Parts: sequence; C-alpha cells; structure tokens
Amino acid sequence: MTTTLSPPPPASADERVARVGLLRRLVVRPEIGSLIGAIVLFILFAALSSNFYALSGISNWLDPASLFGIMAVGVALLMIGGHFDLSAGVQTGTAGLVIAITTTQWGLNIWVALLLALAILLGIGFLNGYMVTRTGLPSFIITLATFLMLQGLNLAVTKLITGTVSVGGIATVPFFATIQPILASRISLFGVDFKIQIVWWIVITAIGAWVLAKTRFGNWTFAVGGDPVASRNVGVPAVRTTITLFMVVSACAWLVGALKLSVQTSVQTSQGFGEELIYIVAAVIGGCLLTGGYGSVIGASIGALIFGMTNQGIVYAGLDSDWFKFFLGAMLLLAVLSNQYVRRFAERTKR
Amino acid sequence: MTDTPLLEITNVSKYFGSVIALQDITTKVGEAAVTCVLGDNGAGKSTFIKILAGVHQHDAGEFMVEGDAVRFSSPREALDRGIATVYQDLAVVRLMPVWRNFFLGSEIRKGKGPLARLDTDTMRKTAKAELLAMGIDLRDVDQPIGTLSGGERQCVAIARAVHFGAKVLILDEPTAALGVKQSGVVLKYIIQARERGLGVIFITHNPHHAYPVGDRFMLLKRGRSLGDFAKSEITREELTALMAGGAELEALSHELEGSGGAAAEAAQEIEAEVKGLNVQAAEEHLGQPTTERDTATAAAQAQEKA
Repeated sequence: MTTTLSPPPPASADERVARVGLLRRLVVRPEIGSLIGAIVLFILFAALSSNFYALSGISNWLDPASLFGIMAVGVALLMIGGHFDLSAGVQTGTAGLVIAITTTQWGLNIWVALLLALAILLGIGFLNGYMVTRTGLPSFIITLATFLMLQGLNLAVTKLITGTVSVGGIATVPFFATIQPILASRISLFGVDFKIQIVWWIVITAIGAWVLAKTRFGNWTFAVGGDPVASRNVGVPAVRTTITLFMVVSACAWLVGALKLSVQTSVQTSQGFGEELIYIVAAVIGGCLLTGGYGSVIGASIGALIFGMTNQGIVYAGLDSDWFKFFLGAMLLLAVLSNQYVRRFAERTKR
Repeated sequence: MTDTPLLEITNVSKYFGSVIALQDITTKVGEAAVTCVLGDNGAGKSTFIKILAGVHQHDAGEFMVEGDAVRFSSPREALDRGIATVYQDLAVVRLMPVWRNFFLGSEIRKGKGPLARLDTDTMRKTAKAELLAMGIDLRDVDQPIGTLSGGERQCVAIARAVHFGAKVLILDEPTAALGVKQSGVVLKYIIQARERGLGVIFITHNPHHAYPVGDRFMLLKRGRSLGDFAKSEITREELTALMAGGAELEALSHELEGSGGAAAEAAQEIEAEVKGLNVQAAEEHLGQPTTERDTATAAAQAQEKA
C-alpha cells in the first residue's frame, strides 16, 4: 500500500476541505450513476413517445417499478451487508400463496393470514441468515438452495391443497374490504389513478435510506459488508446484523406478495420466479458493490425505476419488446463499469 | 506508577493439543509504560496477545489484571476490563468514513426507541478532536479510511482505543507493513498513549522500533521466553543481538558462502554483522543463552576466535 505518503503539510483544515468541490462531492455519491441513467432514459423515451411522459404513462411505468423498488431496497441493504438472497423472488410467491390458501381454502381471517405469512417469511429469512452465518458458506449457494426448495414447495403444496397452480378468489373473502384501502387502493392525481403501492415504495425507500445512513444498524450493515473480521474485532454483532438483513429482505417479500395478491386478487405458484436477479440488477445499477460495504438504498430504488421505465418505454416507443432483456443487460454492464470508475475516482480525489 | 501493575503475566502456558504454543511466559505492564514483546515469525507473539485479548485462554500460569486473576472468555470481556487490541490492519473497515470507523461498535445515539439515531454531528466533531489530540490532523473525517496511509489507519485505531477508555493497549505489529517514516509516526503515537497514562503492549520483530519507546522488553522464541528485562537491564545492542539470533545468521552466512559468487560476498557481510552484534557477550551479561543449540554454536564461535 502507500508507505510513502507523508503527513500533509501544515495548512488550515478548512483550506484543505475546500479543495473537494461540489462536483466531486456529487460524483462520489453511490447513487449518482443511476440518477444520470434514469434522467437520460426518461429524455430518450420521452423523445420517442409523448405517451411516456403523460401522467397516465408515468402511472403505468411506476407500477412495476414500485414493486421491484420495494424489493430492491431490502436486497440493496443485504448486498451492502455483503450477501445475496437468490430466494427473494420466490419468497414473494410464498407470501402470496400462504395468504391466499389460508383465507380462501381454510377460511382464516385475512388479517391473521397476513400476520401468519409475515411470521413464515421472517422464519425463512432467519433460516437463510442463520445458515449463512453458521456455515460460513457463500450466501449465493445457501440461498440458491432455499430458492429451489421454496420454488418446489410453492408448487407442490399449492397443488396438494387446491389441485391447481393458481389461487384466486381473494376479493370475496370476508374483511377483504378492510385491507384493500391499504394494499390495493388507487389515488387520483389530476384525473389519473396511481396505485397505492407507489406510496409504499416511497415510504420503504425513505425508511431504508434513513436506517442505512442514520442508525446504528445501518452503520453495522456497512461494517459487516465491508470487513466482517474488523467489525467483529471492534464489537459489532456481525451474526445478528447479517441475520436481521436476511429477515428484512423477507419482510419486503412479504409486503410485495401481499400487495400483488391484493391488486391482482389471485396468485400463481410461479410468482416471483426469476425476479431475484432483477432486484440484484436494480441494486447494482443503484451503486451497490457486489463485494459489499458500499451502496445506496435510494440508488437501488432508482435502479428499479430504470427497470420500470425501460419495461414500458420500449412498448411506448414502438420497439419490439423482445429487445428488453438486451437493454437491461447492457445497462447493467454500463452501471458496473461506471461504478468501478466512480469508486476509484472517489478514492483518488479524496486523498 | 502504582505498586500493582496493570497487567501481570506469570508463567503462562498455552497448549494446542500436543503442541506447546507458549511455555512459562512472564512479564508485566505498568501504568504509563510500554512493554515490548519481541519475537520472530512463529515465536508465539500472536498466541500471547490473543490470550491477553480474550480470544484464547491460558492453560497454566497466572494472568492478573490490576491485581485480580482473570481468564477472559471473549474479546468483549477483555474490552470491559479496559484491554483494547489493535490488530494489524484488521481494525478498520476501509470503505467507511473515518468518523464511522472511529465509533464503530460504540456509536453515540440520540432519541429513543425505534427513533434512536446516530448523533452524527457529535461523532464527527469528537472523532476530529480526538484525532487532533493524538496529533493526527485530518483534512476530512468523512473520507473513507482506506484513503489514509497505513500509519494513519493504525493511529486512528489507537486514538479510538484511547477514547473508549482503554487502560491497556495491545498493538499487534503496528509497524510491520510500514515504511520508515510511517513507522516513526506510529511510534510517536505509542509514546503519546503512554504520556496519557496507558499501559502499552507493543508487539514487534524490530528491536530498532522497540528500544526507543519501550520500558520493558520480553523476548519470545519458539514459544519460550528468552527473558523479561527492564530497560535498565539491557542495552540496545544486547536486545538486537538476542533478537537477531546470532547463531542463525551465522548458519545463513555459511549456507551463502557455499553457493559462491555474489552470495559469498553477502555471507561475508553477514559474518561481519554477527561479529558486530557480539551475541556471546550479550548472552553472558544477561545470563540467558538463547537455546542449547545456540550455546553450542556460540561456543564453537568462541573456539574459532581463540
């Protein structure tokens, strides 16, 4: 490393701080890349189609963005804490299926069903975290196992109980009207309906950002992701922090599962399958390092926004939607490369 | 200085199965004093500090903290007794800002319940002030600590331990990976910690770093103590001679001589150095032959001279 760097020449502290200009301070924020990307994409799609920036169009692409955004917040926190959760996607399916089956098949009160689903999901998150911390194996392989197991359970148990691969009829269960305003209502703005899940997304993002930046838990998250040994050495409860992070992802999956079920009033056994990678893409576009210890919740949310905009924008622009995945991959590559550059830039200029 | 030393280690031994990691180690650390633990790689330095830090437990002997016999079962317990360990480059999270690193694990918070949040202003200011008190003038406590030099990182870790009320500071080879200038900076902070009344255990393999700052020197070799000396009992030359292991240097010089050419020249250099060190005289003065094998070679050397 740097053994030649001598102590800085005597000068007033303020003078030296002033050398870090506003531009540099902005550029070193982890979410700046995703923000620029989102603005560029917005301009691009807006130029191609006027529907894209009409209020109804915005409402349209905020829909998918919000559900992915809620998950991206949890996944980003976990990634900053140094881990992946490949089971995050199918967990949203598990949550929806538990609520749907217990209410429509067994007549459970929908509020009790929601709590039961939350308890089960938190249990899954705990197990993920416990196995990762206990074995010391990469979370990639542990959660790949839970991903496959849950995928199998979602299908097998649902078919065992209902005989089909889809559970519907949630809208007719008693007290559904009491959860609808919270999970499936619409807010009218200038004559255009916006789904309530967008509000949830903004709230979760705000809480996530606050927790990460301003609380002890957020500090520990950065620490265990950046250097688990050093954080243990200074007294950070690394195991507890990691397990909690896995449970946060599961709690997000519970919320998304409940939101999706309430809006669509039915749930497929395949729900969430394949989405886990999109959450990770959103988090990486948002500036999270794959190695942990660095990243932004707001960035991850913007990453989800980029996903939503591209998803719908391609349709509005009249492009073949077959190209969507290609664009997504290209953006991911661009994001990873620029993140790496930005980080190096950040460390160099702050010296 | 009070009568009871902060730490007193008497005949401490540690075994890993049939392997004797440490045998009969004795030393002490007083208030406002620096005890240097010297030894080559594999001498047992790490095992020794891990016992003090609560990572390992000793199997025999006595470990006293301020007069109480203790046996720590976790690093946290050692911390609670005021024993803070600064591991070589394992004490900081590089991507995190300096102030977050400074308070990591002991964050200051304000507010109650779920709204308890980090008191970032106080922590920033305190970190800056504490570092300044140790003579570290940082441009910006918000910079990632990885952007600091190795010496500065060690110093932040030292300042942190001092701030959180450490009475004894264990420094694991703080100068090992550093250049000459940076090592000097770290040595300066060791002295500063001593001035503030702390007991310091300074682990190193470099007698030139140890002698200027140390009040007491304990030498380790292959898990055994070569002796525990107050500064008045040992000279810099004797310390260097014991550390360098004159016999081993001589063996090395013979080996090099055999290879001929430039290696032979190096061999002569080493031989000259061994003579300069005067290992034999040091051992006689201290009454501590390093090992039996070493004594034998020393005797052979004496005959040669005669």
